[in-house]
Amino acid sequence: MNRVVVVGAGPAGLAAASAAAELGVEVVLVDAGAKLGGQYFRQDALARGDRFALPLAVEHVANASVWAVEPVEGGHRVHVRIGEADDPSRTGRVLETRALVLATGAYDRAVPFPGWDLPGVFTAGAAQAMAKGQGVAVGDRVLVAGTGPFLLPVAVALAAAGARVVEVAEANAPVAGWLSRPRGAAAGTRRFPELARYAGMLARHRVPYRTRTAVVAAHGSDSVAAATVARLAKDWTPVPGSERRVEVDAVAVGFGFTPQLELAVAARCRIEGGFVAVDATQGTSVPGVFAAGELTGIGGAELAASEGAVAGAAAAKRLGAVVEPPLGAMARVRSGRRFAAALAAAYPVRPGWTGWVRDDTVVCRCEEVPLGRLLEAVDERDLWGVRPLKLASGAGLGMCQGRVCGANVAELVGLDDGVFARRRIAAPLRLGELAGAASTAEEAGGSPASRADQSFGQDLG
Amino acid sequence: MRVRWDGVEVEAREGQTVAGVLMGLGVRSWRTTRGAQRPRGLFCGIGVCFDCLVKVNGVPDVRACRRVVADGDDIRPQSGAELPS
Amino acid sequence: MSPIESADVVVVGAGIVGAACAEALSADGRRVMVLDRGAPAGATTASGEGNVLLSDKAPGPELDLALASRRRWPELLDTLRDELGERLADVEWESKGGLVVAVNPDSVSPLRILTAAQREAGVEVRDLGQAAACAMEPHLTTGVTAAAHYPGDAQVQPVLAATAMLAAVRARGGLVHGGVEAEGLVVRGGRVAGIRVGGTAVPCGAIVNACGPWAGHFSVAAGAPIEVLPRRGMVLVTAPLPAVVGRKVYAADYVAAVSSGDVDLQVSPVVESTATGAVLIGSSRQRVGFDETLEVEVLRRLARSAIRLFPVLAGVPVMRAYGGFRPYTPDHLPVIGEDPRIPGLWHAGGHEGAGVGLAPATGRMLADLMEGRRPEVDPGPFRVARPALMAEVRT
Repeated sequence: MNRVVVVGAGPAGLAAASAAAELGVEVVLVDAGAKLGGQYFRQDALARGDRFALPLAVEHVANASVWAVEPVEGGHRVHVRIGEADDPSRTGRVLETRALVLATGAYDRAVPFPGWDLPGVFTAGAAQAMAKGQGVAVGDRVLVAGTGPFLLPVAVALAAAGARVVEVAEANAPVAGWLSRPRGAAAGTRRFPELARYAGMLARHRVPYRTRTAVVAAHGSDSVAAATVARLAKDWTPVPGSERRVEVDAVAVGFGFTPQLELAVAARCRIEGGFVAVDATQGTSVPGVFAAGELTGIGGAELAASEGAVAGAAAAKRLGAVVEPPLGAMARVRSGRRFAAALAAAYPVRPGWTGWVRDDTVVCRCEEVPLGRLLEAVDERDLWGVRPLKLASGAGLGMCQGRVCGANVAELVGLDDGVFARRRIAAPLRLGELAGAASTAEEAGGSPASRADQSFGQDLG
Repeated sequence: MRVRWDGVEVEAREGQTVAGVLMGLGVRSWRTTRGAQRPRGLFCGIGVCFDCLVKVNGVPDVRACRRVVADGDDIRPQSGAELPS
Repeated sequence: MSPIESADVVVVGAGIVGAACAEALSADGRRVMVLDRGAPAGATTASGEGNVLLSDKAPGPELDLALASRRRWPELLDTLRDELGERLADVEWESKGGLVVAVNPDSVSPLRILTAAQREAGVEVRDLGQAAACAMEPHLTTGVTAAAHYPGDAQVQPVLAATAMLAAVRARGGLVHGGVEAEGLVVRGGRVAGIRVGGTAVPCGAIVNACGPWAGHFSVAAGAPIEVLPRRGMVLVTAPLPAVVGRKVYAADYVAAVSSGDVDLQVSPVVESTATGAVLIGSSRQRVGFDETLEVEVLRRLARSAIRLFPVLAGVPVMRAYGGFRPYTPDHLPVIGEDPRIPGLWHAGGHEGAGVGLAPATGRMLADLMEGRRPEVDPGPFRVARPALMAEVRT
C-alpha cells in the first residue's frame, strides 16, 4: 500500500512518477508499451535503448496491461498482466496502493463515413505510431483528414516515413486563422512551437492544407483505392457539388481524442463532461486517486506533463512525504487549461458529420452494425438507455467494447455516451489467465502455494 | 530474426510488431469479419479497436499492433471467430 | 409526460416482468401505462442471461409456473409476430435445450433423484452417461460423471423480448414512459385511485409493482411493505467464438446454489453461447445490497468453474464482465397477486434469476386474477399474504 502506482508512461505518467520519486517515495510505473513515452513521445521500437531516464526509486513495469482496478479498504488494488500482448502465458501481478495516479491518456476519435471500414483507412494515431515506432508509412499516397492541430505532426511523420501526403483536410476553419495560415499564425503561439515547425515542413513538401474540408467516403473493393473529399458548411454539412475524388491508397483520420476512462470509472471517480473531474492537486472525487493528462481534458503534452508533476507531488504527500506545493507546475496547469479550452473551441466535432453516414454504413466496426439497423432498433423498440441500446442493436457489444463506436453511436441516437466507458474488464485477458490470477497482493507475493495457484490455467489439460 | 507469415518465412527485426512486419511486407489485411467476411487490418494502431486481430502460434485474437514479434513466431490470418488450437 | 393521462392499470417497472404484465393486461383490453424510473429494459433485464429453464427447478409451485411459462413463450412470440411483424418479434428465441452435468461421483445420485422427480412432475428429461453427454457437447470435459438433458430449456434475449412486449403494449394503445419515477400511491376509500408521478397524480384503477430488485423499496413508498431483496450476480462474456457450447450447460450444484439463501458468495458454472457467438459465463450469487463494486475474486471463481466444464475456454479472451441484481424473496417464490392491505395494489416480482423464463406466465396469472378468471396454475403459493413476505403475517 505504501507506494505510488502510476498507470501510463506518457508525458503525464512520466512526470508524475518522477515528481513522486524525487520526493522520496517508492513508485511503480505501469505501462502497456515496451518503452517509455506513450503515444506522444513514441520511441522508435527498432532502435536500441530507451531515451528516457527515470529516477532510481521508480520501478518501470513494461508490457503491462492493467485489466482491473478494485477498490479495497484504504486504497486500490491494481491487477496487471505482464508479458507479450494478448499472450496466454503472461504473468500476473497485483499492486496495492493508497496513492494511485491514472495517466491512461486518450485515443483518436474516428467518425464513420462510407468505406471507413476498408483496409487502408487508419486513425491518424495509427499512421503516426507506424511511422515513428515502426518506420512504416501506412500508404504511398495518403490523405490526412479530420480536425485539430494533431493532423500536422501526423502528416509530417508520414512524409518522413516516405509517403506522399496528398492533402490535409481540416474540417474546421479555426478562427483567428491560427493554423489556416500555418507559417505566420502558428508562430504566434508559445504553446505549440513545434506546430509552426510542422506547418513549415508541410509547406516545403507542398502539402495542401484545406480547411472546411473533409473525407466523406473511401472507395475500393478490398482496400482503399480512392477517397471523396468535400467542402463543408460551418456545421460540417457537405456542400453539394463540392465533392472531389482523390486517388489515394490510404486515409488517416482523426477527429480529436477520446479519453481512456475505464480505470477511472472502475475506481468510481466522478466524470464530468466526458472527462475525469479533478481538483487543484489533480485529485479525483475518490481519495487516493489522482488523474493527469488527457483523462482530465485534451490539452497536449505540455499540459499533461504539468498535471503529472502536480499529481505526483500530491500522491507523494498522501503517503506522508513533506511536499512544498508545486506552484510553478500548478500555474502551468492553469494557463495550459485556458489554452486547452481555446483549442477545444477551435476544433469541435460539429453535428454535420452524421450526414456523411448512410444507412448501410457500418457504425460499429466489431459487430458490423450499419446505421440503418441501429436507428431501426432505437425507433421501433423505443430505446432510452445505452445498455438496452447495445443489447438490442449489437453496437458496442464487440471486442472493442464501444471504444471506437461509443461516442459516435451516442451522438447518432442522442444518448449520453458515459455508459460505454463502464468496462469492468479494462483490457481483455484469457479466461485461463483470469482463473489463475491472484486476487490479492499477498497471494501474488509469491509463496510457493500461490505460485502454483497462478499456473492454474495450465493445470487443466 | 525470422518469422512465418501464412506459412512463408519472412525477415523481421527486433522491436517490430506483427503489424509492422505485415505492413512492411505490403500486407493490408489479415483478418476477415465474422458476419460479412470483410477484410480488416490495422485501424487504430494503439490497441484500442481490436480490428487487427491475428493468430500467433495458434492463438487467435492477438492484436497485431501491440504484439512484438519473437524469432520463429508462426503468424497466420484470422478468419472470423476462431478457437485456440 | 402529459398531465391529462390516465390509465386502467399503471405498471411500475419496465423490465421483463413489468413488460409481460403490461402485455397480458393490454391483451385483455385494459388501458395500460408502464413507467420506469430509468430506461425500459435497462436494469436487471439488461443483465439477464435469458434463461427459460425447467431444469433448475425442483417439483413444486415454481416448476408448475415454469412449465406454464414454457408453454406460453412460443404462443406469446406468435402473437407478437402477428401484431408487430418478424423483425420486432425476433427476440433470439432458441429452444436449444439444457444439459446439467455432474463432475464428481457424489453428485450422480442427487442428480438422478432430481430428474426422476422432475419427470414425475411433467418435465421432459433424459439421463445421460459421460459418453452421451460428451457426444452432445464435444468440448465438454471428459470428467463428467453423469448428465441430464432437458430438451425444453430455452433461451431468449431479454432486452429484445421486453422491448417487443412493450412495443405490443404501445401498439394496443398503451403508454410506456422511461425516466419517470413513481413516488407513491393515491389511495381513496382504502383502495388505489391513482399514482403520484412528478408532482402530479395520474388516476388509475390498479397499480402493479414490477420493480424487480427494487420492489421492496417501492412497496415501502406505497405503504405496503413486502420483503424483496437484491441478490447480486456477475457474468463474464468471452470474445465471439465459433460454436463451442450448443446448449445451456451447467453443473448439477447450480440447483443447490439457486435454492440456497446464503448471504455468502456462491458460484456455480452456467455456460452458454449467444447469437453473436460470445459465450456467457455465470453464475454468482451474493447478498451485498445494491453494491456494484467489482470483485476480482468473483470473476476468478467464475472463470475457474467454466474452464472445469469446458477446458477449451481457458485460451479464449474475456472481453467483458457485468453485474446485476436479482430480486430475491426469503422463501424463493415469486410474488404474484393483489396486496390485501391496499386493494388495487398488485405485486409481480421476486423471481430471482428466473424472471425472464417466468415472465409470460406471471403476466398471464396477474391478468387472470385481475379479470377474475381462474389461473392455469394455482396462485396460492405466490400470494402476497405469506409470512416470508409480510412482516405483519409473521406475528
